[in-house]
Amino acid sequence: MLESYIRDKHKKKDLLLMTHIVMGYPSFDDSHAMVKHMVAAGVDLMELQIPFSEPMADGPVILKANQKALEQGATVAKCLAFAKDVAARYPIPFLFMTYANIPYRFGMAAFAKTTADIGLTGAIVPDLPMEEGAEYLQAMEKNHLSPIQMFSPSTSDARMAQIASIASGFIYCLARKGVTGAQTDLSDDLAQYLARCRKAASVPLAVGFGIKDRADMDFLAGRADIAVIGSETIRMMERGGVAAVRDFIQGLSRSA
Amino acid sequence: MKHRGYYGDFGGAFLPEILIPTFDELVSTFDSAKADPGFRNQYETLMAQYSGRPTPLTFAANLTRHFDGAKIYIKREDLNHTGAHKANNVMGQGLLVKKMGKTRVIAETGAGQHGVACATMAAKFGFDCTIYMGEKDVMRQRPNVFWMEQLGATVVPVTDGTKILKDAINQAFRDWVTHMDTTHYVLGTACGPHPFPEMVAWFQSIIGIEARQQILDLESRLPDRVYACVGGGSNALGLFAGFLDDPVELVGVEAGGKGIDTGFHAARLSSTDAGAGIAQGYKTYFLQDDDGQMKETHSISAGLDYVGVSPILAHMHETGTARFESATDAEVVDALKLTMKNEGIIPALESAHAFAGAFREAPTLSRDQIIIINQSGRGDKDIFTVADALNDPEWKTFIQTKAAQYHA
Ligand SMILES: Cc1ncc(COP(=O)(O)O)c(C=O)c1O
Repeated sequence: MLESYIRDKHKKKDLLLMTHIVMGYPSFDDSHAMVKHMVAAGVDLMELQIPFSEPMADGPVILKANQKALEQGATVAKCLAFAKDVAARYPIPFLFMTYANIPYRFGMAAFAKTTADIGLTGAIVPDLPMEEGAEYLQAMEKNHLSPIQMFSPSTSDARMAQIASIASGFIYCLARKGVTGAQTDLSDDLAQYLARCRKAASVPLAVGFGIKDRADMDFLAGRADIAVIGSETIRMMERGGVAAVRDFIQGLSRSA
Repeated sequence: MKHRGYYGDFGGAFLPEILIPTFDELVSTFDSAKADPGFRNQYETLMAQYSGRPTPLTFAANLTRHFDGAKIYIKREDLNHTGAHKANNVMGQGLLVKKMGKTRVIAETGAGQHGVACATMAAKFGFDCTIYMGEKDVMRQRPNVFWMEQLGATVVPVTDGTKILKDAINQAFRDWVTHMDTTHYVLGTACGPHPFPEMVAWFQSIIGIEARQQILDLESRLPDRVYACVGGGSNALGLFAGFLDDPVELVGVEAGGKGIDTGFHAARLSSTDAGAGIAQGYKTYFLQDDDGQMKETHSISAGLDYVGVSPILAHMHETGTARFESATDAEVVDALKLTMKNEGIIPALESAHAFAGAFREAPTLSRDQIIIINQSGRGDKDIFTVADALNDPEWKTFIQTKAAQYHA
């Protein structure tokens, strides 16, 4: 169902846009304002990150946001309530993003059921590779949710095929090595890698890590289906508030 | 990658996709080294020539008399080059780095012992070296920071999170996911994703294998109990490895900090405060809240101040193969003082936890029983912390005078 939403939208837009927020950073009110403005500015999907104390795959910007959110009292329960609220209000698919310990402590089955009950469409858990994810994958499938899988430039063709065989919704392709937030070189290498991803997977492709301007979007159009903007919107908000984020997203969003 | 590296329910490899091929390479390099007797020979020769192994097993006659219970032996890992058992792991991984053809190593460090050992290995083997160290640990282990830098390493203070060991580990992983083509992450303890727990324990097993032979040579019998402090668990697993098939009680001593009841401690297995969780790439007992957020830990010793613990020890705890106790900061300082005065030996604050745990039990044992305490490291590095704990007036005067000289 996530996949068909993406395919439908794709008929009108050559590249969809997925953004990311850390719930509770800098406050839940600000998080709500971010969602509202992002949706109004034309975002097609959103990742809602449940903050974790050890966000190993995140760079300094998102790491700090995780830490601050927790310091200010963000809990899993508050994040679930927040997610439920925005999922009911705004007409785009929302996905959780978090680290394995959060659903593990919640209980994989309960986490998947709650995710479905509150109206989210899937989850992205970067430290839960498929070898470790049997229970999680099963619980997500049972609840008709998409447990988003990842490709990286170092993923072999054989492994891509394995991952693709369990993929649902879309595949998140890391544009480069490293953590979130650093620059990505849009190069022939990236184009070749995306061609490799396309060959391996039949579901749509999202590309993230370091996407930040129109030129990046132009490069990706035709090579992928969804561009993911993460750290850049947090940077924008820190500098210019929610209005800056809205203008930034409006400038990126492809005309329908 | 397969589903592997499990010890009961603990361990595994919870890796971000980008690191999968790096771990595949590491696993196959380690597996082939392990299967090759020539590699273990090469490793043991290196440890003999560079690190002074075998380290002695010292009979502590005065402590034995003092407690009037079991005969106390001390395994002297403090006499390794760089002053701790950390060298055993680091030199072993260094040989694997050469096999893999990488040119740069990174590491986390708490007490700084692992960082110094790693910087030493990098200097010897000609690798570039970056060490991540929590800002709080940089403050309490300054002498080791100085030596790491003199040895040619770059020391990066980590200001995220709780600014201690776990945060340094996260930062090292962030470096690794960017530079894995040239870089190996020399994890310092038997934690993290597979194959680290198994690999680090395999290198550290040199401690227990030696100790078993030494006690048989000296006493013609096995010990009744062996004691080791438990941070991540590498020196404990190293000592225990010699006695896994013997009727020997294995005792791990964790950091009791200000006391288990205060919540200011790092006792994951010996308290009921920790629960199973997944972080830093593996599943084990973590000190965490109900949501799964890691808690702040406390210990007088930077090296035991860690939220997780080796999955191998977590499994030994569940199966009752080993027993886990804790010692408070205050007990540890007392044990340290007693050991210095009676034996002329200065254990590291980490190691002093094993001493404190053993001292509690030694008087309850009979004179024909034998215990071995693992002295994982030497205490020189702790001079500032110990001087503070002892509130030594002359040391304070010295520091003030020295500071005045720098100001002049
Ligand atoms: C001297 C010494 N002992 C013990 C430890 C704890 O580590 P582990 O439990 O891996 O032996 C450290 C760690 O820094 C150390 O420096």
